[in-house]
Amino acid sequence: MSTFEFPPSIISRPVYGTLAPRSGKHHLMIADGEGAEALFDLAAKDAALMARADIIYLPVEGDVSYAEKLRDIAPLNLYVGPSYSAAVPRLRRVLQSAHMGLQVYLAGTEGLIGQAMFEATSAGIPHNAIQTEHRGSVARRMQCVHCKGITENVMTDPFVCAHCGLHLFVRDHYSRRIAAYQGVCVDAEDPGNVPPAVRLYS
Amino acid sequence: MSAGTTKIGVTVTDIVPLNDLVTRFKFERRDGGLLPTFSGGAHTVVEMKAGGTTRLNPYSLMSDPADQTAYTISVRRDDEGRGGSLFMHRNVKIGDEMVISYPVNLFAMDLRARKHLMIAGGIGITPFMAQIKQLVATGGAFELHYACRNAALGTYADDLTKAHPAKVHVYFDDDKQAIDLEKLLDGQPLGTHLYVCGPKGMINWVRKTAEGLGWPEETVHYEEFLAPQSGKPFKVRLAQSDLEFEVGEHQSLLEAIEAAGVDAPYLCRGGACGQCETDVIEADGEILHRDHWLEDDEKRAGKKIMPCVSRLEGRIIVLDR
Amino acid sequence: MTIQFNEETFRDDYTFKNSQWAIDRFPLPFHEDSYMYSVNMEQHQGGPEGSIYEKRFDVDEHYIAEMKDRALVLADDPLRCQSLPHMTLAGWDLLELIMVSKSEDYPDMFELHRDGNKWHWINKPLAIDQKFVFMDEATLPYGPMEYITRQTQGDFAVLDQRDENLWMDAGMITTQADWSLDFDIGMNFFEWHAPVPKAHEMGIFKRALKFLLNIQQGVPARRLNWTMTVNPLLDTSPENYHKWGVQKTTLTPENVGQKQYLRVELQTFFRLPRSNGMVFPIRCYLIALEDLVTVPKWGRRLHRVIRDVPVELATYKGFIDNQPMIVDYLAKFDDGLPTSDGIWPEKATEPPLNM
Repeated sequence: MSTFEFPPSIISRPVYGTLAPRSGKHHLMIADGEGAEALFDLAAKDAALMARADIIYLPVEGDVSYAEKLRDIAPLNLYVGPSYSAAVPRLRRVLQSAHMGLQVYLAGTEGLIGQAMFEATSAGIPHNAIQTEHRGSVARRMQCVHCKGITENVMTDPFVCAHCGLHLFVRDHYSRRIAAYQGVCVDAEDPGNVPPAVRLYS
Repeated sequence: MSAGTTKIGVTVTDIVPLNDLVTRFKFERRDGGLLPTFSGGAHTVVEMKAGGTTRLNPYSLMSDPADQTAYTISVRRDDEGRGGSLFMHRNVKIGDEMVISYPVNLFAMDLRARKHLMIAGGIGITPFMAQIKQLVATGGAFELHYACRNAALGTYADDLTKAHPAKVHVYFDDDKQAIDLEKLLDGQPLGTHLYVCGPKGMINWVRKTAEGLGWPEETVHYEEFLAPQSGKPFKVRLAQSDLEFEVGEHQSLLEAIEAAGVDAPYLCRGGACGQCETDVIEADGEILHRDHWLEDDEKRAGKKIMPCVSRLEGRIIVLDR
Repeated sequence: MTIQFNEETFRDDYTFKNSQWAIDRFPLPFHEDSYMYSVNMEQHQGGPEGSIYEKRFDVDEHYIAEMKDRALVLADDPLRCQSLPHMTLAGWDLLELIMVSKSEDYPDMFELHRDGNKWHWINKPLAIDQKFVFMDEATLPYGPMEYITRQTQGDFAVLDQRDENLWMDAGMITTQADWSLDFDIGMNFFEWHAPVPKAHEMGIFKRALKFLLNIQQGVPARRLNWTMTVNPLLDTSPENYHKWGVQKTTLTPENVGQKQYLRVELQTFFRLPRSNGMVFPIRCYLIALEDLVTVPKWGRRLHRVIRDVPVELATYKGFIDNQPMIVDYLAKFDDGLPTSDGIWPEKATEPPLNM
């Protein structure tokens, strides 16, 4: 099972749900890694939905087993890409000519969900209308509030900013616009005194 | 102050009957100064004093928000109503001095919209007149679909189609022309916002159709001025003011409180803004919630009421005022 | 009235000083001897003559120096001033609001001449003489919000009102108490307040939002907020926290009176008419503890407030580590005598310190 129960937190921390079928002419589904399992669950609830579904799938660590299974649920269109960033121009183009009534489903890691959601909301879909389901890694995208650089796949608190090298503590304060949590210098008031790194959610 | 907004003394400088039902009124500041600017979709609350009663009715501002020399409203005569529109049509003359409120907007446009799709029914055209002028000045995309009974009653239909031939579509009910709503809503670009203003039935139809086609709630905007409905009289006790009085059949609870000399807060007087929210200490009867403000669980709990539009069906209600 | 503007710095050598006039009018945010969050809103329709409440946008002796500091912050970090594309109309609203208010409230310092859309703005203290076309961005050196807030004391959060909520979609934020505009831009009222402890469970933000959503044109409101800062540093941003955070450790029992500052924010709330948005000006007033305690009532009160403030608040407001030192210092100015309700100094009626 790839689901994780996130502990309750502050109000800006995103809360994910469970994908449910909606009526409509066009459905856009974006998933990475184990997010494919959420799409299988969705197809099990409403197989006919898939005939109107456009799927963008990003395997994690080259694991193509999910990609093959996704073909079996017979979506209208399936695109398997090498990475999220490579898929972005395609995603923007699809959203550009999409119409009101499009249903969007996002499944997988927080990073995938957050970034894809930003593209969809920029195109004009209110964020509450977009369904999300978390699956797989609980690693975070973190923005360093000092240098603005984003460090991907953060699993410890504190961690080192991949851009400016400061030691940052992990906050639950989250920005949809940046699709990342906030990292703040952990030893500002006692330079050099960096607490040992602890795995997130342990 | 009881009103959440400031009042302006104005003179009626023009009255133009547009057709059998609709008359246009123009207001200019009594002191000769500029009127406050506003955002398209805003309304003003007009005070009407007749025979010892003060009525306050909201009317959408249809003039150009950038024009601070005068405000223009259009009033549709409602013979079955509580008399506000009749007062405007029958009692108001050019040169009369009246009191109106600063503009308040409960039907604002979402300025992020890629396109504003407007659906108007009858007198519901008025807020769109101001919004369209604002969009033309600031450069926003819009499309208007306007349903009315016939050309004679199609207030401003001519002006609008002349000014924006490609963007305005008019439908005459008498000629069996109807908005093909499903077709209209299908294929709108992502980022379109939908606005509807008109009779309750039309609003419900548009909202339901849009929802069925998968339009998110936040993209559908509507304004419905709920006139306080009449109902059986009931008693009110104001615990703080230590007053007890009756609410008449054609009088709203808020109006009765005001008539009793108590300065209760209000703003839109139409059940939408929440300003008049009052705590209920006790109710001997059933509260008839007719507002859009309270949450469903708040309505069920019966500990709050919106006196501008809601009533009691029963003997007496005790309020914390 | 003529104001003698200070030449002073809010960084490096910290030459900031409050004159006696500034001390006497300082807005103590405590009306009683303890503090807890409340929806402490009131109407912003003037106040006692000479007080910080009297004018819509208060101008004081720190005006020019604060604007110089703002310019330095922006040169170093332009992301402190941002406006999402749909907020330009709100920016014009704000420009109009400030220009009209200041030219009416301080005619000796500011002038606004309008001929239709052709406007002429004169800002004497900053030696600015600008002709421009209202609503035409091309005729100003910056976007309207940035243009006018580079000339107005305090931070400005500019909000869009949608879906029964307020969204921080633009702002000029250079004197903040530790929050990031770049991170928070686009968030709604509950989201940007997410990190504040206790207040959410108390329902503070739900009630505050309902009040704010109904604020109308011409009927602004205000409230006071507060925190503590070591040194008269205006730019206590998270962006620079890795540089200024360590200053908290430079406090000693000998210098706490000089270096520890009470930082008070006068928050005002105005409806913006053309955009139907809102602006929250956040005006920052600083006072060194040693100046504050020259007012007997304030010395007594502040000691009691800081001594008893809940741990979560002291932690969130960033002074938990220095709290014991601050309380020890303030204890010297608390003789246990009763204090009157309200924020004003009451120098005529409050007894002098009797230690």
